[in-house]
Amino acid sequence: MSATAGTGPRSLPTVAQSERRQRIARTLTYSFLIAVAIVYIFPFVIAIVTSFKTEPNATADPLGLWPSPVTTTAFNQLYKDQDFLLWVKNSMIVTLSVTFLRVFLDSLAGYALARLRFRGRGLAFAAIVAVMAVPGVVLLIPKFLMIRQLGMYDHYSGMIIPLLVDAAGVFIMKNFFESIPASVEESARIDGASIFRIYWSIVLPMARPALVTIFILSFQGSWNELAHFIISAQSSGLNTLTKGVAQLASGQLGSGNRYPLKLAASVLMTIPVALLFFFFQKRIMNVQSGALKE
Amino acid sequence: MAGVTLTDVSKIYDDGTRAVSDLSLDVEDGELVVFVGPSGCGKSTALRMIAGLEEISEGEIKIGDRIVNNLRPRDRDVAMVFQNYALYPHMTVAENIGFALRMRKVPKGEARRRIEETAKILGLQEHLRRKPRQLSGGQRQRVAMGRAIVREPHVFLMDEPLSNLDAKLRVQMRAEISRIQRQLRVTTVYVTHDQVEAMTMGDRVAVLRRGLLQQFEAPQRLYERPANLFVASFIGSPAMNMLEGTLERNGDGIACRIGSASFALPPEVLKDRPALADHLGKPIAVGIRPEALDEPGRRNGGGGGSLRGRVQGIEALGSELLAYVDIEAQPILVEDVLEGIVDAEAAADIAQIKGGSDGARATVVARLEPSANVHPDDTLELAVDLRRLHFFDLDSGLSIV
Repeated sequence: MSATAGTGPRSLPTVAQSERRQRIARTLTYSFLIAVAIVYIFPFVIAIVTSFKTEPNATADPLGLWPSPVTTTAFNQLYKDQDFLLWVKNSMIVTLSVTFLRVFLDSLAGYALARLRFRGRGLAFAAIVAVMAVPGVVLLIPKFLMIRQLGMYDHYSGMIIPLLVDAAGVFIMKNFFESIPASVEESARIDGASIFRIYWSIVLPMARPALVTIFILSFQGSWNELAHFIISAQSSGLNTLTKGVAQLASGQLGSGNRYPLKLAASVLMTIPVALLFFFFQKRIMNVQSGALKE
Repeated sequence: MAGVTLTDVSKIYDDGTRAVSDLSLDVEDGELVVFVGPSGCGKSTALRMIAGLEEISEGEIKIGDRIVNNLRPRDRDVAMVFQNYALYPHMTVAENIGFALRMRKVPKGEARRRIEETAKILGLQEHLRRKPRQLSGGQRQRVAMGRAIVREPHVFLMDEPLSNLDAKLRVQMRAEISRIQRQLRVTTVYVTHDQVEAMTMGDRVAVLRRGLLQQFEAPQRLYERPANLFVASFIGSPAMNMLEGTLERNGDGIACRIGSASFALPPEVLKDRPALADHLGKPIAVGIRPEALDEPGRRNGGGGGSLRGRVQGIEALGSELLAYVDIEAQPILVEDVLEGIVDAEAAADIAQIKGGSDGARATVVARLEPSANVHPDDTLELAVDLRRLHFFDLDSGLSIV
């Protein structure tokens, strides 16, 4: 395409040619992307399809994309034979408590670290960052021991309180608060607002994008949490969805592989988080929007 | 209503830097005082100390009869307008203006009345229910003003409130702030780096540099009698021409030599500045305002002598014509002068001065009549108005009087 002008129509692409070339490139790109998307979504599709299969059908044709016959037996069983509603209730209790309190506490801590001057602030922040570097699994046993020591074992408190604040959330909030122009807060100070009032009426509303992010991360995180619930409770009355489904999957159900039942539970469990992502996907991607001075 | 009194106020940071040193001045009740100076001169820090946003390291600040050193910002009864407006983005204009009233538990009805009154003063009535992001820069600026006005405070503090606006709007808002301030007669401290803003708005102007108060006077006084090289260079646009000169005996009087030209100083100048006699034979800085240079036979009639040089460039501004003339003289390029000029937003001029300063040549700016028949590369004779010369000691930088 570096031909000099006037060497004929062959060397310079016509408009039609370059349009065609673009179309081919686009087709190739999309084909590739669709292929990748299928690979990713396939297990989930299998889960949905299988949940509507009969057990023999699922065993004979595990990867078949069309259940024959279509049946909701698995969902009925889940409802009748298992404590599914109890799991949902427990998951809801834990997830909602954790999510709302975490948004509040993360933002409080983030604000303190971002704006208040106090002794040991740098150290506190360093410690929080350090926590992020420790793999969660390492802390499972110590957590278990502490929960028992504090008398919270096998109780909602033991399932909820240790999850209430997370280092990543505090970190996100701190960074966000720091991006809010200091003069806005100074202005509020001169206007006569107290520190908590500034936090509550000025800074928090401005931090909506960050709060939404924390909300989604917390909801998703605590809804899908498994390890912590294993070490913090043992009675079946405190089973969450994750724990219940995990028990189903580990196959203590006696006869058969019971794929439809297990996958029906998985599918139902996925719905709340999927909805959350569906509605907030734009906000998750735009963590930064609104952070800049209006 | 109350005045503001600063007595030996200093701001010393933990690392020992002094942002403000022994600042003493007195803002009278109802007066608009401008703090002006290049960036880093301590003007904003001084303002923030009055506001209570910055701790006072030494000295004492009084608002009215109250020492406010240890009072919280909210208890000082001051209102502040910030450079970036610092509006609350999630609140409407009315909520923004009313926030301080809400914090002070002003009854709702009265708050509404005051918000509306304020909106009327500022022409914001139609925008009360909008959010800041739906407003233009000028409107946001007004809301920021409104937040201050509605409080009916003892003192307004304004930290470069106009510097985010474009040039035209700035001039307009400048006049508006002056008008409102005069109307409300609220004591005001106004910070800016723009000397034009300072000159046009201030009842009195405090020029600061490196945390030190240079001069505190009415704008015209500042222009006509700058206390030192820095103030002389900083105030005025284009900046004052600074040339090296030598004083020598001339019969009974004194003559000032600049380059090869010699000017016999009129007796009234000598009477006005008796200390000139102590500087005989020593190099001094001679300051010439651009308007003190003119074509011979025009305003100042010549007779006093003239400088001659080649025209390097002209700027026709409509109402006047600026001629940049290369003359034989030693330019004064000490820091006091450069700092003053650079921050007077005349960076272009400084480039010219530096470029034209090979050995004993300097570029001077003359403010001529727009009808002046001057072209680049002409040789131009500039008559010097000797009564308007300024003289500075090169060691101390102080004006010789």
